[in-house]
Amino acid sequence: MQAEKRETTMDRVSKGLARRYRRERWFRLFGLSAIVTSVCFIALLFVSIGANGWSAFQQTEVLLDIHFDKEQFDVDNLSTANYGALVKNSMQALFPDVTGRSDKRELNKLVSSGASYVLQKMVIKDTGIIGSTKKIWLPADDEVDMFLKGYISRDVAESARRLNDKQIGWIDQLVAEGRLEKKFNTIFFTAGDSREPELAGIRGAVAGSLFTLAVTLLLSFPIGVATAVYLEEFAPRNRWTDLVEVNINNLAAVPSIVFGLLGLAVFLNVFGMPRSAPLVGGLVLTLMTLPTIIIASRASLKSVPPSIREAALGVGASKMQAITHHILPLAMPGMMTGTIIGMAQALGETAPLLMIGMVAFIVDVPHGVTDPATVLPVQIYLWADSPERAFVERTSAAIMVLLGFLISMNAIAVFLRRKFERRW
Amino acid sequence: MESMSAVLTTGETPFLGAYSMTQEKVRQEDKAPRENRMTVGVPFVDDARMTCRGVNVYYGEKHAINNVSIDVGRNEVLAMIGPSGCGKSTFLRCLNRMNDTVEGCRVEGDIQLDELNIYDKSVDVVPLRAQVGMVFQKPNPFPKSIYDNVAYGPKIHGLASSRAELDEVVESSLKKAGLWSEVSDRLDQPGTGLSGGQQQRLCIARAIAVRPEVILMDEPCSALDPIATATVEDLISELQEQYTIVIVTHNMQQAARVSQRTAYFHLGDLIEVGSTDRIFTNPRHRLTEDYITGRFG
Repeated sequence: MQAEKRETTMDRVSKGLARRYRRERWFRLFGLSAIVTSVCFIALLFVSIGANGWSAFQQTEVLLDIHFDKEQFDVDNLSTANYGALVKNSMQALFPDVTGRSDKRELNKLVSSGASYVLQKMVIKDTGIIGSTKKIWLPADDEVDMFLKGYISRDVAESARRLNDKQIGWIDQLVAEGRLEKKFNTIFFTAGDSREPELAGIRGAVAGSLFTLAVTLLLSFPIGVATAVYLEEFAPRNRWTDLVEVNINNLAAVPSIVFGLLGLAVFLNVFGMPRSAPLVGGLVLTLMTLPTIIIASRASLKSVPPSIREAALGVGASKMQAITHHILPLAMPGMMTGTIIGMAQALGETAPLLMIGMVAFIVDVPHGVTDPATVLPVQIYLWADSPERAFVERTSAAIMVLLGFLISMNAIAVFLRRKFERRW
Repeated sequence: MESMSAVLTTGETPFLGAYSMTQEKVRQEDKAPRENRMTVGVPFVDDARMTCRGVNVYYGEKHAINNVSIDVGRNEVLAMIGPSGCGKSTFLRCLNRMNDTVEGCRVEGDIQLDELNIYDKSVDVVPLRAQVGMVFQKPNPFPKSIYDNVAYGPKIHGLASSRAELDEVVESSLKKAGLWSEVSDRLDQPGTGLSGGQQQRLCIARAIAVRPEVILMDEPCSALDPIATATVEDLISELQEQYTIVIVTHNMQQAARVSQRTAYFHLGDLIEVGSTDRIFTNPRHRLTEDYITGRFG
């Protein structure tokens, strides 16, 4: 009887066993396929951005023999000299057989209009070069750049492309002479925005993003941590604190553009703060990231074992001592992780900044939190909107820079968590 | 309430005086019936360090401790035993106001430490907890070095004016806790890296480093193996010479081994108090007898 009963139990178990394992296998398979799919999509994203953007890190430059003609310069007013003429003269010298007025104009178009600014800077930096002749690499026009990078095809009808046959002939001649080369694009990292793609850079946007993030971090971290500590350790549990908690959770889900409108109404219209300033951007992003930081900080405060709290109180630490000596240090890795995730979110935020005027076309690199500025994602948005072919690759390159910042921020978050995590 | 405490402070047991006076074995039919919830035995001593009168504790609506009166004598080990949820830990935590940290916990009655009501508005819990130290059920060293664990209390209370003095306090505390020989060469190692028994002794060292008068121990050995338990029990007997110790335990053998007096709690009531020998050999309440003979618990 006993043996028989035993057998049936075992039979039943083994009957169900195959199904249990099959379910497990299926679950594992689903999980794996989900991960493989998402990895594929991420790879696709990275590859497409990389393929579009890598060429932006190179810029075609043209080698010209510039003669800094003494007669062109007025020593008292170096900035007003006709630098454009210097470029034109040297192009003329390279192609003496180009004579027609319109041909000359076409020829001069091969060099970027920014070339004259490069010369201007050189002269202002060192007036000693006036009177001499120097070989100088100057940025070529974006159409030339696109042609050399293969985005403009020779096979297309002349009317359908931005360079005519004559210009392509001149380009071929320059390449043959070794006067036209792709070089590392330093302008992209050192310049602000520009209408000319070959002169446009992300320095202004990066500086704007850093100033904005600095303001955000300086405000949101202390306020967020203090709020979390108060709510978690000091505030009584009653209807009011429940209401506060619900509202914080709600704020975390509010669309960011609403914070932008709030910033516009309060910071700009009521307090009269400057438009397009990283200060205001930082304030708006502080409002946006505070709920994230508060929620993460509260969670990490909650995860500190109560025994540590009791141990501190048990030897006679005051509440504040227990918090600052024991609970905060243990909760800090979680708080920092939450903060960095909030910062990464803020770094990628566009919509609220549009509302406070950070979408403006700003050429100058900002030097403070009140200078007009734009930020990286807004810069990407602006470039993606521009018609020139050369802005396509710059858009992708800017995305790569932004992704680089985001990845390094998340890496720092992981590193900090690993480094300061303590076990008990 | 006042008349109540007046009666209680006479030093006589409030009920069944005949039983408490008797020294010989109490006959079965003379034992207090199970329905009786008044304290049997001698809850009061002449030379009390802490006196508790009419203590009631509520968690919100729940009445966790019901009208408990008991004394803790000088340099004695008082064991509190009872089934789970009987309120012995709750009562222990009243003695240094650790219950203040529990939301919705309300304590009524009079608890005095050296003739001062610790629940008086003028009493600050910080110095109180320095006077009445606590060791918890689970060893809970700070995730810091062994040295910092012991030095933390003296540091925040300003008990040591120099580094050398602090070193001395740490050393003497670890020696008293019987841990010095095991850790003296690795004071900078994290306290969490020690074994369970060592961690608990470290917690005891941390508690005695602030030179308390009373040490409360809440099931200090429940997370330890028998060898570590024996070490901690030896330590308790040694500490008794200098400190007053109140220990909550589930382990009746332990109570018998380390304590001079034992208090039995049952569902929030203090059922019986007496010398440990007497409680375990000659209980005067049927509930106590049920518990120590293993009928429930």
